[in-house]
Amino acid sequence: MDSENKYPTEGFKCWKKAKELRLQYYKNYMQAKEKGGIRWAGNAPSIDAVPYGLGDDVYHLTGEPYGATVAYNKEFARRCHEVVEAKGYARDLCAYMRNYWGSVLLNEFVFGGPFPKPDFMWVLHSCCSHAKWYQEASRIEGGIPYFVIDWSAGMYYKWDEKREDYVVDPNQEHRIQYLVDQMQEGIEWLEDITGREYDDEKLIQAAKNYFESTSLWAEICTLNQAIPAPMDEKTMYSFYVFAALHKAHREVVEFYKELRDEMRDRVARGIAAIPNEKARIMTDIQPPWGFLEIYRYMESYGVVSIGSFYTFTLMGHWEIAEDGTFRPRTTPMEKGIEIRTREDALRLLADWALGLPMAQIFYDHRFKSHIMKKIFTQWKCNGIIMHFNRGCEGLTLGVAENKQALVEAGIPVAYYEGNMGDEREFELATVKEQITAFIESLGLIK
Amino acid sequence: MFDKFREWYENRHEYAKDWKEKTGGKVVGYICTYIPEEILYAANVLPVRILGGHEPESIGLAEPYLFGMYCPFCRDCLAQGLQGKYAYLDGIVIGQSCIHIRQTFFSWRQRIPHEFDHYIPMPMNVVTPRASIPFLRKELEIFKSALERWLEKEITDDDLRRGIEIVNKNRRLMKKVYNLRREPNPKLTGLEAMYMVVSSQLTDKNEHSDAIEEMFNNGLATRDLGRESSIRLMTVGSENDDVEFTKMVEETLGATIVIEDHCTGSRYFWEEVKLDEKDPLTAIAERYVTRTPCPQRDWEPERIRFRRILDLIEEFGVQGVLLIQQKFCDPHELDIPALRDLLNEKGIKNYFLEFDVTVPVGQFRIRVEAFLETFASDELFAEDIV
Ligand code: SF4
Ligand code: SF4
Repeated sequence: MDSENKYPTEGFKCWKKAKELRLQYYKNYMQAKEKGGIRWAGNAPSIDAVPYGLGDDVYHLTGEPYGATVAYNKEFARRCHEVVEAKGYARDLCAYMRNYWGSVLLNEFVFGGPFPKPDFMWVLHSCCSHAKWYQEASRIEGGIPYFVIDWSAGMYYKWDEKREDYVVDPNQEHRIQYLVDQMQEGIEWLEDITGREYDDEKLIQAAKNYFESTSLWAEICTLNQAIPAPMDEKTMYSFYVFAALHKAHREVVEFYKELRDEMRDRVARGIAAIPNEKARIMTDIQPPWGFLEIYRYMESYGVVSIGSFYTFTLMGHWEIAEDGTFRPRTTPMEKGIEIRTREDALRLLADWALGLPMAQIFYDHRFKSHIMKKIFTQWKCNGIIMHFNRGCEGLTLGVAENKQALVEAGIPVAYYEGNMGDEREFELATVKEQITAFIESLGLIK
Repeated sequence: MFDKFREWYENRHEYAKDWKEKTGGKVVGYICTYIPEEILYAANVLPVRILGGHEPESIGLAEPYLFGMYCPFCRDCLAQGLQGKYAYLDGIVIGQSCIHIRQTFFSWRQRIPHEFDHYIPMPMNVVTPRASIPFLRKELEIFKSALERWLEKEITDDDLRRGIEIVNKNRRLMKKVYNLRREPNPKLTGLEAMYMVVSSQLTDKNEHSDAIEEMFNNGLATRDLGRESSIRLMTVGSENDDVEFTKMVEETLGATIVIEDHCTGSRYFWEEVKLDEKDPLTAIAERYVTRTPCPQRDWEPERIRFRRILDLIEEFGVQGVLLIQQKFCDPHELDIPALRDLLNEKGIKNYFLEFDVTVPVGQFRIRVEAFLETFASDELFAEDIV
């Protein structure tokens, strides 16, 4: 244990607001029907800017954060798994998805009351489970209409030998068009099933919110390059989630601005996430949500996790500057691009969505290894802890290769096996032992 | 009669090496059947499918590169490559597929020497063809250009038409053979069908088509296997070229697999490219978007594949269905509960089996035997009533 406290710490001022906003988000969804509004369900990356064109009383529920919340409530998660397995679903399927289906099958919402059925489902597909998750949810819930947009249109970046870095592949036009065509059809479908007239102005505003909030999140993460780190990863989970809940909502933009300003202030004043920061690590993908205490365990040795490829890039949008810096993506508004029409908005939305760093892992694990190395350097890390997460086949794509590449680059790497949402596949004592050994290898335990 | 196909299946590597030597051409390995083989034939390149070796002892070779929760098939494929069994391949390509087998491609691309590689982002959305056909057409154009650069020769529209005809002819012929499985006394077993279809993924289709025509000339249509009273089964599920299992079902237990829905079976070749007057790349794109989808692309509420399975059950007089799933195979795991519900609703007997390359087939025998016995007890019951 380390008791050498050299940095001042203080709680986040916007913490209370974050809690309220999160609660309000779920309340809005639950109560949408009482106010004559619309509610829909979909995955976190879904392009939520599009359904916002249906009106201001449109609320949604994203499946992954919901699945993670269920995982955090271990007893509820256990009942979800049991009911899903009894229906014949395999135990190795996405743990979030099983938590979500379980909740539907039990007809229990993790925040209390019966599971609030959506009016429709709106999905963006890249992992094998995305479309099927909602196809099955629809079947279980008695035929709720759903629309899926295929996101797997190929790699946005390409390797540039000369720069020894990734650059944007100029061959994007037909990929953008593919997403635009699907969204156009999706809008017709939305009008059809809701009977509402679509408002392009609302779409344009929501698209702007999406660009801004997800770039702002990257900016917030960038501020964590400071030593001492003003935010630890466990806290980061509570903030990053807003982009996973409703990234195209103005409220998220405003909240992230506030958080960004607070981060700036913390950096200026040298406020630390942990008082005894001695070493900085980063992680790779989702944590075991039911066992976040492993972060506190690391901190007791002066090890702070500054974030991860996951917290930074699942929702945060980034770009690679000419000098190789990994930095927040410049928004179309910052570039001075005017968004006047539906077509303008959809094209920019498609381009934005295709460029998400996390989406690139579906085409080349080398991209993720490369970006992880950049994060490791820019955020001044001492090591990387990876989670071989049996609960998510999607984001584990390439993990074994990532580990090889990072080790080959001379980075100290530890990894543990577990499951983000199914506690039956997580051994706390073993993982703690692995973490201890790693911290020891970093020279922090004598 | 099907010996030629069995030989090709068993000696796939020798075949490809001989072909290279004989023709001086290039061989490209492909992962997943969503590969436009038509374009490779147009370029006079031999496409061969990369498959596992069913060798439990070597699968561990893939462990450092592939996470253990990915299916055994994708690990087996990579292990084959890492052992140098496909060293004769000049290139590898993938038509975007499930993420498990994508990792096989990614690690292969990085770790096994080759001249050419290409990733075709085959659209997953096949329910919005107005978006996916033009998108795929453009991706096929990019693939064709990449091949042209590699081979240093142009692939003309006439070449493409020729490529389409070679593959279509083979599809037509295999379908003609499959029609003989509909008969009360099927003219071929499931194992023979498997040898024929899988070998068509491994050999020059011109030669393969000749071999099918020769079988017809040698009386395939009038063959008598004496299987009129055996139980007629269908297999459905993940990649399956498990010879031992099929032999056990048909030779030891006496049932006959009369049709299947696997990418190593009917799903591979059922639909042709409809060329008409169209531009060949558009015609190819249409075929891959509208073919019977694999589960991960089958997004409609009433899955397209399920409708087809029900049709095949009727057309081929299927009495029972074996659902075969590779361990950890998410795409099929995501369809099987819905499919079982549908089959049960229709009163079609079905039985679920999880395959793992490391599980000896003997373990399945008792279970399949018990499943087959339920048909016998049905008959007894029926006689009692009479
Ligand atoms: S990426 Fe992971 S969490 Fe998301 S749907 Fe796929 S398996 Fe589930
Ligand atoms: S579809 Fe299933 S069996 Fe085929 S490679 Fe993917 S996970 Fe494996």
